[in-house]
Amino acid sequence: MSRQSVAKAHQKIQELAWEPLYHEPVKHYGTDYTFSKAQKKDPLKQVLRSYFPMQEEKDHRVYGASDGAIRGNMFRQVQERWMEWQKLFLSIIPLPEISAARAMPLLFRTVPNPELHNGQAIQMIDEVRHSTIQQNLKRLYMNNYIDPAGFNSSLRNFQNDYCGTIGRQFAEGFITGDAITAASIYLTIVAETAFTNTLFVAMPAEAAANGDYLLPTVFHSVQSDESRHISNGYATLLMALADEGNHQLLERDLRYAWWNNHRVVDAAIGTFIEYGTKDRRKDRESYAEMWRRWIYDDYYRSYLVPLEKYGLVIPHDLIEEAWNQIWNKGYVHEVAQFFATGWLANYWRIDPMTDKDFEWFEYKYPGWYDRYGKWWENYNRLSMPNGHHPIVLEDVDYVYPHRCWTCMVPCLVREDMVMAEVNGQWRTYCHEECRWTDTTAFRPTYQGRETPNMGQLIGKREWETLYHGWNWADVVSDMGYVRDDGKTLVAQPHLNLDPKKMWTLDHLRRCPPLQSPNVLLNKMTPQERDAFHANYIRGGPAGRSAPADA
Amino acid sequence: MTTAQERSVPKPVFTDAEAGAKEFPDSTVRRYNYYIPQKRKQTHYEDVTVEVQPDPRHYLSQGWLYGFSDGRGGYPLDWTALKAWGSDRPEPERFPGSGGKGYDWPAHGWHEFRDPNEEWELTLYRYNSNVVRQLNQNIAAARQAKAFEQWNPNWVRFVESHVGAWMHVDHGLGLYLFANANRRAPTNMHNNAISVNSMHRIRAAQDLALYNLTLSEEIAGFDGAVHVETWNGDPAWQGVRKTAEALTAIDDWCEAIFAANVVFEPLVGELFRSNLVQQASPGNGDWVTPTIIGAEEYDYAERDLRYTKAMFDLLTNDREFADHNKAIMQQWLSTWVPRCIAAARTLQPLWSQPDSKPPRFEDGLDRAKSRFSGILSELGLQTPKELAQ
Ligand SMILES: [Fe+2]
Ligand SMILES: [Fe+2]
Repeated sequence: MSRQSVAKAHQKIQELAWEPLYHEPVKHYGTDYTFSKAQKKDPLKQVLRSYFPMQEEKDHRVYGASDGAIRGNMFRQVQERWMEWQKLFLSIIPLPEISAARAMPLLFRTVPNPELHNGQAIQMIDEVRHSTIQQNLKRLYMNNYIDPAGFNSSLRNFQNDYCGTIGRQFAEGFITGDAITAASIYLTIVAETAFTNTLFVAMPAEAAANGDYLLPTVFHSVQSDESRHISNGYATLLMALADEGNHQLLERDLRYAWWNNHRVVDAAIGTFIEYGTKDRRKDRESYAEMWRRWIYDDYYRSYLVPLEKYGLVIPHDLIEEAWNQIWNKGYVHEVAQFFATGWLANYWRIDPMTDKDFEWFEYKYPGWYDRYGKWWENYNRLSMPNGHHPIVLEDVDYVYPHRCWTCMVPCLVREDMVMAEVNGQWRTYCHEECRWTDTTAFRPTYQGRETPNMGQLIGKREWETLYHGWNWADVVSDMGYVRDDGKTLVAQPHLNLDPKKMWTLDHLRRCPPLQSPNVLLNKMTPQERDAFHANYIRGGPAGRSAPADA
Repeated sequence: MTTAQERSVPKPVFTDAEAGAKEFPDSTVRRYNYYIPQKRKQTHYEDVTVEVQPDPRHYLSQGWLYGFSDGRGGYPLDWTALKAWGSDRPEPERFPGSGGKGYDWPAHGWHEFRDPNEEWELTLYRYNSNVVRQLNQNIAAARQAKAFEQWNPNWVRFVESHVGAWMHVDHGLGLYLFANANRRAPTNMHNNAISVNSMHRIRAAQDLALYNLTLSEEIAGFDGAVHVETWNGDPAWQGVRKTAEALTAIDDWCEAIFAANVVFEPLVGELFRSNLVQQASPGNGDWVTPTIIGAEEYDYAERDLRYTKAMFDLLTNDREFADHNKAIMQQWLSTWVPRCIAAARTLQPLWSQPDSKPPRFEDGLDRAKSRFSGILSELGLQTPKELAQ
């Protein structure tokens, strides 16, 4: 269609919207936001007559590239170090995608502007596209990459593993609770507008550097739909801003959504990009550099700050604090180290770091070696089974962390850990902001105001609780992370596929039982708890125990 | 003078990381092993669809993490009154040392549903692109052939008002019934099929709107705005409108799909499309409108009804709740059949408007009723007495 006729066609489909005369549509979801009806423009200007063929054309490119990759033997050149992390990433991401589809109807009745609903329906089907195209990519990896273990059990793993649980926030947060908090602020204003650039652009670039050009093919195609979704979010945000009564809630939700996205996405994508790559060219951007560009400059400076004049209270302090965590407090390094510590509870293999990696880290993050170098040398030393336990159960001066009740990433920056007693249970949090999210934001009142539609944090949020007192071999069997010989683990702390070098259930059987930090914490007397906390926050970096008192 | 600086690019490395390069445990286990396929072999559709939406009854060991204000998260099974086997078993309890195992997959019968259309992104874009391309070509060909010049004035009025009014039904149900329901069902198989159904309806609405736009450009005196007045005020349409609005007000997602696709579409949708527009067009010199309406007819009859039947067939044959489900569906029939029959009868004045008359209204309605009864008997349901109205 010509430009002219697209504009006309779009104008015409505005005639489709109508107001009910006899029955109101069912109202399944609530919000504490208020919107006054105003004539709005559909920000998408998308007509299905051109949309469907456009998407089909994008598909042709994606599937053409997939065929080419297989015929061209792409997998002879992919780095296993990189592909192994895709077992985690591609187990997580199809659910957030499909949850974004499911989230769209939360906005139908809560935002009373039928002009926006056409765009939301298109976003819905875009997200069905993203979810299934990603499942398909994973299937291709399973069929063509050397080690299918972990891909073949992907969605079961995702659902019962603690890493999957962390990632799942980035899905369930879209579809529950206050409809605007979930489907607008958390999903479109923060997750899509801020973080899809690191997810779908920065990470695929790293994939290409590791010999995999299919991830960029699929994810750039996904990202090309994203600008539409960002427009949807922006239109809703401007409407919300028009009512002063919403400003307090917007401030709350932006703080929660920003901080949670930082905690979750930076943990995962930061680890993939920094520890999953073999590309150690000094001039390739580090995750911190990418973050500065995509998130700080493009999102914060160019997108958020200009909204201040409309009354949006921007969490400047939390943007700076996220950067502080990444740059000064080693957030990504702490997370990667934790993943590697707990390799035996995972469903992918984690390659040890080499001298070449050390050099790159030291160059990009001065002081890295002093903090993390020794531990990674130990990881390397303990990677093949040789009469010792997995690293988590050996003395390498690493204190197993408590989990954050809110973001479920462990409390790795030890000095930031805080606690609270909530509903009769002592909980640990990785940061004051995560405590605030649980104790203040996700509550039926906020700063004295009734917020009856706000959601709740639910579920068994500490994974270790489920296995308190269990033998590790039973834990791994219970989760199903065992290969087809009935004993070799899916996860390995190295990339060697020689069966004699691989860890088995027999090795785990000899280990001491798993202990839940939260169960133990709740057994402490108040004095013990205080002493525990005082000691915990003196620990680190790199999980080191607190120095003995002088 | 310039010196060529070496560009910094990642170097390709031969890693030999392709399938089959080595033998080791799991090296040949190349299928998704967390679900049982419907037939002997796992299909491509199943691989990209099944289990993406988790369930605390089997693998989701830590449960849902975010809830609504009442503390309920995920996709509660009681968002419909229908039940699939296993639905009444409690969620597995978790406590210190409980372990993470739930019931064996699938844990309950909802997970056994498969969309017989096997819709995922590749199929849905291919199908809908073909439809819009074909429609564009039909309309372009009609323009070139000056096909619209043959229409008599009454037929022009009929198309601008009544064919035009139908776009509002498609749009309203597409968004507020079908898209709305894509958040409600307990499995990804259901919700994906429902979202594809939603796009069919929204596309059909836009097809009609854009056709209406073309006619405004092609036919002198064609009123491109009158469809809105017809929908808002023509008494013949108020029965359909009232019923369509009532459909969007249904709380129970199964009832919504059932009332729309099992009751409303055969008794009202097909009555209007197949038994009125398609029958009246040729006699009034119109061979273009049937191609637009025919696309939507195909969406419903060959795709949307197909998954709907598979979905409810599983429930009327459920090994634990077949009787429970049939009793509820019979109640839904008692509610929705009279409403849809009333809507159909309110449309009757349309039959006398074209110069060349379609077959009698009562004959059309009889055909729609017998088609409807056939669907019910395939599902093992009784024709409700209200059908005689
Ligand atoms: Fe997406
Ligand atoms: Fe946290």
